[in-house]
Amino acid sequence: MSTLATGAQPATNATADLPVRPTKTRRGGSPASSTAGRRAWGVVAVLIAVVWVFPIYWMINSAFLPLNKLQAPDPTFLPLGGTMSNFRQVWADPSFWAAMRISLSVVVVVLVAALIFAFLAALAVSRFRFRGRKAFILTILVVQMIPAEGLFISQFQMLDGWHLVNRVAGLALVYVAAILPFTIWMLRGFVQGVPIELEEAGMVDGLSRTGAFFRITFPLLAPGLVAAGVYGFLQAWNEYTLALVVMTDPSQRTLPLWLQGLVEANRATDWGVVMAGAALIAIPVIAFFLFVQNKMTSGLVAGAVKG
Amino acid sequence: MAVTTLEVPGDGTTATLRRRRPQLGVYTLLVPASLLMAVALGYPLVRQFVISFQEYGLRQQFGQPAEWVGLANYTDLLSDPYVWTVIGRSIAFCLINAAVTMVIGIAFAVLMARVGAAARMTLQVSLLLAWGTPVLASMTVWQWLFDSQYGAINWVLSNVLGFEGMAHHSWIIQPLSFYFVATVIVVWMSVPFVAFSVYAGLLQVPEETMEAAQLDGASARQRFWNITMPMVRPVLSVVLLLQVIWDLKVFTQIYVLQRAGAPTRDTNLLGTLIYSYAKEFSKAGALATIMLVITLALTGFYIRQMLKEDEL
Repeated sequence: MSTLATGAQPATNATADLPVRPTKTRRGGSPASSTAGRRAWGVVAVLIAVVWVFPIYWMINSAFLPLNKLQAPDPTFLPLGGTMSNFRQVWADPSFWAAMRISLSVVVVVLVAALIFAFLAALAVSRFRFRGRKAFILTILVVQMIPAEGLFISQFQMLDGWHLVNRVAGLALVYVAAILPFTIWMLRGFVQGVPIELEEAGMVDGLSRTGAFFRITFPLLAPGLVAAGVYGFLQAWNEYTLALVVMTDPSQRTLPLWLQGLVEANRATDWGVVMAGAALIAIPVIAFFLFVQNKMTSGLVAGAVKG
Repeated sequence: MAVTTLEVPGDGTTATLRRRRPQLGVYTLLVPASLLMAVALGYPLVRQFVISFQEYGLRQQFGQPAEWVGLANYTDLLSDPYVWTVIGRSIAFCLINAAVTMVIGIAFAVLMARVGAAARMTLQVSLLLAWGTPVLASMTVWQWLFDSQYGAINWVLSNVLGFEGMAHHSWIIQPLSFYFVATVIVVWMSVPFVAFSVYAGLLQVPEETMEAAQLDGASARQRFWNITMPMVRPVLSVVLLLQVIWDLKVFTQIYVLQRAGAPTRDTNLLGTLIYSYAKEFSKAGALATIMLVITLALTGFYIRQMLKEDEL
């Protein structure tokens, strides 16, 4: 489902830096002019990179600056002589840790449930032929198209009826449902990537079907499970809309809700603390994201870029 | 596995039983995921649809059965010019954002394919950082950048570029400049996905084809429009489809900017309007259904195309 997709969208084959193919990049002109052209475009690319990353740089820069520098007539572009006091202030804030606890609980529940359920379903659709298989795959595709923002009110009502509002279990329930379709889709690609012949060979050698699966296919799926897990982690960690609707009690805030609270409490007074809070939420995610982006990729490519 | 039939020739009952057991097994694998999606997605969807034809107010909260009112909620909404304004705004916002994102994303992808490894790496890491940052953290930084008093953007405009009137400009008070800010943020967040997807597509264009075309005398421009573009078309249509869906239902960015002090009524889009009906379930349900219909209207053609092309 696409609600959660804003934070980290399905990744594609990108970070792995492939050698450029000369034929594709070479233009009609002489080799000399094409090298010069490539240089010039390289400069353009680096300039764009600087512009695009600037907000993130600015977040980290501001997080290290004291209030008098943030509110000076001219901005400070380098955190020279910076301070840790903004971070210390966030660190000492019990509501940050409370939100951290809620966020972590939600993430753990979502990950365990989503991975197990999605894995079983992915196995079914990629390893077996059965009636309703096509319909199931189609549903998974179509469900991702539904504008989930239209659903949040009735999801809230449903959770309210079950007394699951302001509960980790309630939020986790709607999160798992939201990320299942894409997770199944992604894992399906990974399972299909392991040739069934490997399993059959194992069975010829005397393993049972289950045995062959767990000894041969399962270990090969580890990267896929990691990628799917990280996808789930990012979604559950970053999501805002459903959390806003479901966790109405300030003591049950997830980290994004806590950050918005911090913004509203400090607007126009202390952006340094706000930036420190934002950075603390963002840094683990960015690290994870850079780390696995590549792996998430192959799953999507295997699953989707076929037609 | 149907092979098991061979073991019991003549014994029809056992054979069918054995053949059926794995079938049932398959369905048990699907049960947890299906059940969960049915409960947390299917049920709310159906319920919202049903409620949109009912009068569901305070009395129903206390257990009174809801009354059927037919299309009354829909006619109420659609006879309100404000709702039409918001629908129009949402569609315009969605199409402009999707178009700008696609153009910039494709341009970046082509650029990545054209530059040396070091420049490409730099651009990719920068885009990945923008992509990976949690949406609320990004929203926070952007608010700080556009801050009227100490924001970096106003400082650059007034002190570097010499627009002195911009010194204390408040960006989100005027609807038009509010949408400009929202567009900048949404495009900034969405371009990386488009750029990486299209770049991956570009890498799949076979070299031989390009070489052949070059030998046949096709110019770089002709090769781009007549070979590269048609070949990456499947990627482009999936990406465009997702952009349209995401940009139509945009909520977080608009909501957070509204909370920063923008006039809500002048800046509502469909997502925030539905949210503002939180206490009027019937109206919210009807508007959500309308939004779904608009999404389908904007994307139906593409979805059908994709389903035709995609072998499941």
